[in-house]
This record gives sequence, C-alpha cells and structure tokens, in this order.
Amino acid sequence: MIVVNCPHCGPRNSSDLRPCGEVTSRPDPATASLSEWRTYLYMRENPSGWVTEAWYCRSGCRRYFTIERNTATNETRRSEAS
Amino acid sequence: MARHGYTYSAGKLIKHGLTRGDWPRMWRRPEARSSYDVVIVGGGLHGLATAYYLAADHGMTNIAVLDKGYLGGGGSGRNTAIVRSNYLTPEGVAFYDRSLALYNSMTQELNLNVMFSRRGHLTLAHTDSALRTMHWRAEVNKLQGIDSSVIDPQEVKKEAPSLDISADTRYPILGALFHPPGGIVRHDAVVWGYARAADHLGVHMLQETEVLDILCEGGEGPDGKGTGGRVTGVRTNRGDISAPAVVNCTAGWASLISNMAGVPLPITTHPLQAAVTEPCKVFLPTVVVSGSLHVYVSQTDRGELVFGASVDPVGTYRVNGTLEFTEELAGHVLELMPGISKMRLMRQWSGLCDMTPDYSPVMGTTQVDGYFVDVGWGTYGFKAGPVAGETMAETIATGRDADLIAPFTINRFTEGDLVGEKGAAAVGH
Repeated sequence: MIVVNCPHCGPRNSSDLRPCGEVTSRPDPATASLSEWRTYLYMRENPSGWVTEAWYCRSGCRRYFTIERNTATNETRRSEAS
Repeated sequence: MARHGYTYSAGKLIKHGLTRGDWPRMWRRPEARSSYDVVIVGGGLHGLATAYYLAADHGMTNIAVLDKGYLGGGGSGRNTAIVRSNYLTPEGVAFYDRSLALYNSMTQELNLNVMFSRRGHLTLAHTDSALRTMHWRAEVNKLQGIDSSVIDPQEVKKEAPSLDISADTRYPILGALFHPPGGIVRHDAVVWGYARAADHLGVHMLQETEVLDILCEGGEGPDGKGTGGRVTGVRTNRGDISAPAVVNCTAGWASLISNMAGVPLPITTHPLQAAVTEPCKVFLPTVVVSGSLHVYVSQTDRGELVFGASVDPVGTYRVNGTLEFTEELAGHVLELMPGISKMRLMRQWSGLCDMTPDYSPVMGTTQVDGYFVDVGWGTYGFKAGPVAGETMAETIATGRDADLIAPFTINRFTEGDLVGEKGAAAVGH
C-alpha cells in the first residue's frame, strides 16, 4: 500500500486517488515549437528516487495536489494543494 | 559449425544418467575486455537475443552483454510466458507474427527444449464495444494471413469448458477472439537457450556488471551527450569499457540508462503483478484473456494456473505486491471460472514494465550516433523477444533501422506518428 497524504483529506491509500504522473513545465502553446510541445507531451524523466507528481483526490475532495514520492521506496512527503 | 556448442540429445541424457557425469556449464564467466564492437546493456531475453542474432546472422562476435544482476532476472523470468500475434495494427501484426515463427523453430535452432505449447489463445469480450474491437482485430489479422477469428460463447465453452458462459454473471461472455497459433513457452529456457548459443559464438556475458554512465562525445548536452553526439563506451562498476555501439535493452530501467546518454524516453515504469496457484490436474487447454476483467490465465505443464493482471496504476521501481491485486485477481478469476474457488495461490510476484503512451515499443537508432534502444516493451516484451533481437541485430549491423521496426523508432514521438496498440496490447483498458 502506498500512503498518499491529500492536503485536504489527510492520508489515504493510493487506490483512493488517481496518479497523474510527474509534474512537468508546460510550454506556451502559442510560441512552442512542435518538438518542444511533443517533448512536453510524451517525454518523462522517470527517475528512480524522489519525484514531484500530481494526484487527483477522486473519492474525496476531488481536487488536484502535488506530492513528492520516492519511486524506489514509495515513501511520500511534502504534499501541497495546487 | 553447430550454433550451440555441446549438443543435447536423448543419447546424452542416457549417458549422463548412467555415468552421473556433470553436464558442461551452459555459458562461461569471462573476464571483461577493455573494448568491444557492441555493448548490450541488459542480460535478459532481448539483450541475449540481440547478441545471438548479431553473432549468428551478421558474424559480429566481439560483443558484451552486461547485466547488473544475473541473466534473465528481470522481466524475462517474471512474465506469464504467453505468445501470440493477433495484434490490432498492421505494423504490430507483422512484427509479432515473425516472433511467433521464430519461437516455433527455436527448440531446433537453439538445441534446447523451450517447451512451446501451441495451445490456442482466447481473448474474451464482455461488452459490445469489446466485441467490436475483436471483429476489427480479426479482420486486420486475416488480411495479413493470421489464423484469428471471432467465436460465440458456445464455441468458447468448447475450447475452455471450465469458463462460465451463462448470461447472468456480472460480466457475461459475449464472444471471444480465438487465435489458435498462440500459446505458452517456458521463458527461462528461452533465456538459457540464447545465452548458451551466444556464448558458444564468442559473446561475453558479464553478470553483476552495472552500467553507471554512458560515455559520449560531440553532443549538444553536458559531457558531449545528447543530440548530435556519438557513443564512445560505458562506465561500469568494474571499470570503463569502450565501444562504438551501445544498446539499451533494460526494460523497466530503460529511462535510467537512456538518460545517461542524454536521450529522454517517453516511458514510465510500472510494476505488473502475477501469481501462481498450487498445481492440479490439467483442465484448461487454452490461454484465456479478459480485458474487461483485467486478467489472463494459463495452465502450465506442471498444472499450476498462472495469472497475470494489468499494470499497477502508480509508476514505481518497487516490486512488492499489494493486497488489492490479490483480492481483485481472485474475484475476477472466479467470475470466469467459479469451479476453482477451492484452489490456493502459492506465490505472487511482480516485474517492471516500461510503458509508452501508445503501447508500442521504442526501437532502433536514436539522435545519438551508436546508441540504440530496444525499450518500451510494456507488457508484451516476452512475446516479441526473438524478433526484437533479430531486427535490432540487423539495425546495429547495418546502421539502418530494419523495415519491421521502422514504425517503432523514437522519431514517431517528435513527428506525432504514434502506433496505437492499446486495443490489443493492454489488458487494462
């Protein structure tokens, strides 16, 4: 079980929430080149270690938030409302 | 020249049985050279098959296969050993059908019984939309000469009598895609067969050798990595090895290795859990897959039922099991086969899957000269192993992407030319 701490609802089993993947910076769609845009769409760091990711609290407050999770151990820390 | 060294035969079996003589080791543990023509990172099925076909088909034998653990310790020994070629896209069908053909002749070619059991493969449809996708797949398959058709519940019952086809279940079986050439293979034997044959042809398999960095020059990124660069070798826990070609065959760890060359991948790593029951009398003659119920089942020659599921939704490198998986799996299997409710699960394990956005692999040349990828295999790496090795070997030997893998190169993501295989490659959709 992975415990994910929703900033609004408190600690939850990860299966109560929806993982939305690592947080990446979105380029400006008006000025981004095709390759910048597709890098944003598809390419992922996918590290083994601490990563900042977005989650959706689908069965609680229905809000998005970010949390840091260690992908090698599944420890979590620093959850923040977004 | 024999391709496999010490020949296994019934005569040898009797001789060794009577004399109790030791069998020769299947492969050596060589000392690493300081340079190779090709360094393959990842000593699983894909890495070993690539090494074997480079040596057997292209005469390149100055090759090292590096693994941070032991041969076949990753996905190659953790998959559920199912092979089939009834994919959804024409690109996928052509590719996997070649793989099935190679599996078919593998026992003879490698002189090691890989126990290919061509027992038929059923993909169940529980909804109208699933049935529509099955018809679509069947037509794509037939057009390319693949034995694949949609059958009704009564015919399903004939193929797999233990399935519950009654209409009052939660997910009634409306039909199935039946693919007679599909089946199961003993996955460890495939790894051993390629390793033994590659070793005989002079390939070095370096186990417990972890790649810490990929050495590059001339690229636009830091340390000469990235676009426009050229590979010069790898740094390992046992020292540097120089090589003009480095191949990434590391499945779940693909992103970590690729980032060392400055080549980002469209991959996230997810565990896929599987489980096996206690052995019982053989009663399930085919492989049964249900997309809606997120489960696939086959019975091994020992009588154990092997269950696989969809990948876990949370990306992680940790491979421990979860209670949710066991619970869901048991529930779903019993919906299909209520008769086995007294069977006990013996073991549960998981392997790492390198998932891509379009459920197709990422193969071939990259923006770094001499750095090749054979990754993004997600949940279907085992069935593709032989053809991946064959086409990667051709790509490395000629420096040009082989025709069969041209649709799967990394360029498709920058060009927006994805090969959507989710309808046939994923269980959970």
